[in-house]
Amino acid sequence: MSRQSLKRLVDGLTHLVLICAVVIALFPVFWILSTSFKPKPEVFSTELYLFPKTFTLDNYNYVMGLTTKISTREGSQEINLFVRWLTNSLIVAGATTIIGVVLAAGTAYAFSRFQFLGRRAALGSFLVTQMFPGAILLVPLYNLLNQLGLLNSWPGLVLAYCTTALPFSVWMLKSFFDTIPVDLEEAATVDGANPIGAFVRIILPLALPGIAVAAFYNFMTAWNEFLMALTFMTGEASQTLPVGLRRFVFQFATDWHYMSAGAVIVTVPVLIMFFLAQRYLISGLTAGGVKG
Amino acid sequence: MAHSPPGFSPVSPALYSMVQQRKLLPYAFLAPSMLAMIVLVFYPLVNGILFSFTDANQYNVVKRIGANVVPASYSFIGLKNYIDLFNQTTGEFWRVLAQTVVWTVINVALHVSIGLFLAILLNRKIRGRTLYRVLLIVPWAVPTFVSAFAWRFIFNQDIGFVNLMLARIGIGPVPWFSTQFLAMTVAIIANTWLGIPFNMVSLLGGLQSIPADLYEAANVDGASWLQSFRYVTLPQLQPVLTTIILLGTIWTFNGFTIIFLITGGGPAELTEILSTYAWRWGFQRWEFGIAAAYSVVILLILLAFAAFYIRYLNRTQAGAL
Repeated sequence: MSRQSLKRLVDGLTHLVLICAVVIALFPVFWILSTSFKPKPEVFSTELYLFPKTFTLDNYNYVMGLTTKISTREGSQEINLFVRWLTNSLIVAGATTIIGVVLAAGTAYAFSRFQFLGRRAALGSFLVTQMFPGAILLVPLYNLLNQLGLLNSWPGLVLAYCTTALPFSVWMLKSFFDTIPVDLEEAATVDGANPIGAFVRIILPLALPGIAVAAFYNFMTAWNEFLMALTFMTGEASQTLPVGLRRFVFQFATDWHYMSAGAVIVTVPVLIMFFLAQRYLISGLTAGGVKG
Repeated sequence: MAHSPPGFSPVSPALYSMVQQRKLLPYAFLAPSMLAMIVLVFYPLVNGILFSFTDANQYNVVKRIGANVVPASYSFIGLKNYIDLFNQTTGEFWRVLAQTVVWTVINVALHVSIGLFLAILLNRKIRGRTLYRVLLIVPWAVPTFVSAFAWRFIFNQDIGFVNLMLARIGIGPVPWFSTQFLAMTVAIIANTWLGIPFNMVSLLGGLQSIPADLYEAANVDGASWLQSFRYVTLPQLQPVLTTIILLGTIWTFNGFTIIFLITGGGPAELTEILSTYAWRWGFQRWEFGIAAAYSVVILLILLAFAAFYIRYLNRTQAGAL
């Protein structure tokens, strides 16, 4: 076989394998999407329908229209559960993102620019937190939040999420600050700016892409988080979307059609954001990984 | 300083004072998040370790009922939780540990090998590789609980896609969640599916940073594809491989969502791993002390693994030099 035709053969095989891989990578997502538009009999049929035979939005209407009664000081009141879960998810993820990034920025800057006593130990301690099993902080955090009366509350879950968002953001932002030349602050300081002014006016604007990536990553992690939300938010009305949607999973059966619609609603926003950010996200992660 | 503005000597008063202030300045930058870490991570961590030496459960911890706070009434019981754990008085620690090790090894091996294989394919100069890469990272972008749910649905015994396809060729209905082996297989398939993209992207980054002249030199020496893979690619990928194997092991060992949502630990607790098992002790049986002991043991296992792994690498790399 000539070199030319060998290359063509290998290229063809490469395409074949990659196409198979893409099909496997996309199939579960496609299957959920397709199921979410099927009426219940089609979902529970033993016939296989790759696409919905009868297209319906009923599943979405049902999930978005779920209500529950909660008791308030004015008496019992009916609320829309889906709107409630969405609000909980948005507020918790949003607050975690902001607090995580704001607190991490200064710390990451200090790690990137200064030599000081205890630097290695402090940096190491931020890394070791990645090693904690989810379960080890769960029991004490549950009891801490319980004592503070913060179970089933937004601030409680935000505090819990900061235990992972903060160290992660510090490592990620540090690797971004490392790429910004130190001459810039030195020049600014020479011009009379104080170090904090130099940080806020020169470095932060330059690090904006990095900050955006860290923020996005924090938001996505909090939006998707399951274990802590399951443990700390036990009241029906205080749950986040991932935990709330579990109401369609019963011990012996699952309302797959409702669950699919709920899953699509949760997934679409992060999928869109992910693809807008993926280029920066990957370069940010690999930069951090190689240096770390 | 080549860029100093005119009129300033390289060591200007401003720069000098900045050097002076540096002694305290870093701590000012550090203080807010260090404070948060102490309150949210170190204090609970110490508390968790202390809990593991007590008989704390849902009845005797500090409780808050409305505005009233009921003080804690649990007591220290020394190493009892650990002794019970290792003697299997409280749960089947050794069996679950073995299960966790099998789960971790298979998952990490599949993640790294398939991730590397796909990275090598994506590193070839073929048409549409950017599109392939974007589509192949989709599993990474999907929330884990959604993936877990999707795979559970696909492997559903009565109406799942896999069994409906198998029925067409006369194989019929496989009870995926009723034996340990089959349930674990489904969980591993799902976990492999969602873990490959991170490994693939990291390894692709590693492949792209290998200097091309190394391959050219190997080519000149008449190396076969397999030889240049063995003697150029693998050694050059070493740092990336080290990182992703270490991280992957920690993440998979601690993995919770996939097992919890796909098999629920079943059938009959046969697919539990240590993290889901610890959670059950804490938040289904409400035995905080026992759950804390499990968590501390998990942490110690991972710390020991990380220490040995890093030491082993240092030794083999020094040997190679």
